[in-house]
Amino acid sequence: MPHDSLDHDHAHSVLPSDPALRVKALETLLVQKGLIDPKTLDAIIDTYENKIGPQNGARLVAKAWSDPDFMAKLMSDATATALELGFYGRQGEHLVAVQNTEAVHNLVVCTLCSCYPWPLLGIPPSWYKSDAYRSRAVREPRKVLAEFGVQLNEDKEVRVWDSTAEIRYLVIPQRPLGTEGWSEDALASIVSRDSMIGTALVEVPQ
Amino acid sequence: MTSSPPDPVFEQPWHAQLFALTVSLNEQGYFSWPEWAEKFGATLKIHGVARSLNGGEDYFLAWLDALEGFLSGRGLAQTDEMRVLKEAWTEAYLSTPHGSPVSID
Repeated sequence: MPHDSLDHDHAHSVLPSDPALRVKALETLLVQKGLIDPKTLDAIIDTYENKIGPQNGARLVAKAWSDPDFMAKLMSDATATALELGFYGRQGEHLVAVQNTEAVHNLVVCTLCSCYPWPLLGIPPSWYKSDAYRSRAVREPRKVLAEFGVQLNEDKEVRVWDSTAEIRYLVIPQRPLGTEGWSEDALASIVSRDSMIGTALVEVPQ
Repeated sequence: MTSSPPDPVFEQPWHAQLFALTVSLNEQGYFSWPEWAEKFGATLKIHGVARSLNGGEDYFLAWLDALEGFLSGRGLAQTDEMRVLKEAWTEAYLSTPHGSPVSID
């Protein structure tokens, strides 16, 4: 049906897209059956849109950079250590931290679907969910990294970690030079989402 | 494939609703997340045969197909029930004056 954008006097409501109608139907059905509560859905959406995101992971990284004991704990038991900062639950139950060093760069992917440490990074970006990233990150990680602007020395080892529904990986990026004496807040402010997936390095803003 | 400015968390309201529906059902114990991930991963693979998925709208279309099939397979939501309600919502939108709240009985 042609839709005249100049016509503001619609006779009826604008029909949502086909998938939007399918989701409405599914939600209505599940509410009718008593399997879900619309208020719970609103709370889940609010959490992921407004409360959880890469700022959580950045705080964890900044603390690890600032406190060697915390870093050691994080590397030996990331799940329990993240819990100390209040980051737990949904898709973060089995967290493993992998640390970038002078010798090793880590990169995280989910080849199955889009497994990701939600409590620390929020909802994954589209590119993380794309077929291209999911297949190429394993096959040609250096090329993928170069496309993200990450150029690594030839002698640096690249390790690719395939997240699953059971294990979620978080990259602990290298702390950049020139940040000695910075507060944890200042450090957290330069830790990007992509650096904790492994598709970026942390740099001091010019 | 380059790093870009932050995307909105959910591009479309229905992406958010679908995500929340799935998380809510999982948290109430209707299925485990690994069970869901296996079904979703298999659906993504099927959708990705014809063309490479970009991780946006097509990703959530695969999610929707997967969840409908998954719930139907487990007897939690039958295909014909979903179809009838979709028709009811469609009719409600087409018969409700623009600006008025849309609802079904």
